Amino acid sequence: MSDVATPLADASFDGFVSVSEAPRTGMISLRGDLSDTALREVCGAVTGAAFPASRGASLDGSHGVLWMAPDEVLLLVAPGSVPDSLDRIGTALSDRHHLAVDVTDARALISVDGLGVRDVLAKLTPADVSPGNFGPGELRRTRFAQVAAAFWMPTEDSARVICFRSVATYVFDLLCHAAAPGGEVGYYR
Amino acid sequence: MLILHCPCCGIDADETELTPGGTAHLKREGPGSSDEAFERYLFLRENPRGVHFERWRHAHGCGKWFHAARCTMTLEVFGTYSAQTHAPPREILDRIAERRPQERREVA
Ligand SMILES: [Zn+2]
Repeated sequence: MSDVATPLADASFDGFVSVSEAPRTGMISLRGDLSDTALREVCGAVTGAAFPASRGASLDGSHGVLWMAPDEVLLLVAPGSVPDSLDRIGTALSDRHHLAVDVTDARALISVDGLGVRDVLAKLTPADVSPGNFGPGELRRTRFAQVAAAFWMPTEDSARVICFRSVATYVFDLLCHAAAPGGEVGYYR
Repeated sequence: MLILHCPCCGIDADETELTPGGTAHLKREGPGSSDEAFERYLFLRENPRGVHFERWRHAHGCGKWFHAARCTMTLEVFGTYSAQTHAPPREILDRIAERRPQERREVA
């Protein structure tokens, strides 16, 4: 069997915040009626996390449910449990219109950690990342420079960025550049 | 800089997160329509210096379509609303009338 290669080969960078590829995480894109009890329950069953409100990121450790759109969530699960999770979703929603797809190897997940993480994000996205407008528990889909990305903040001093695998290196390099020593802004701390 | 409130996900989205979709509330002329009607649908736009009703997509966000009423001359935004409608909602029209009493708009 071939080795599983993550998009960034576990790359990491130390700037005024650290930028590193997060451990490989199973990801399932699920579209359907988010008000449906069966859908919400199976999301909780496979992730162990509560179902988020609109624009919410509900996490239990590295697993959880990310609200992506009015009819779409992204489930974060252990990589090995993706097939089983898809089976459970398929069974629970067998009589309902829905779409569940394994996107584990179609996305990249990058960790940004340290004081000044909001400054790094603000350099790259038009999203309002001020503490009064965005914080832990929320998910923001937006763009980083020229490509689509989404991020959430596990804590006040850390962020997780998700992007398409095809632009993983581009986004990683953007984050490293924004976090380079000497580039401190100090606006959000 | 244009900022539009996406009614689908509730984000105040920067213009660069959005994709413009042209004039809203057009009635598509399908098979069987006259050449004149199809030409009107496809090519002919009023394009006033003033209030426009437009389609926008929150492309770098929730991915959904919505409508916006704004003035292309002053960039004043009168509001955004669901794309699941054939005409601007009353509240949007009222806000335009309030802000532009002299401007008479007729909406199909
Ligand atoms: Zn939106």
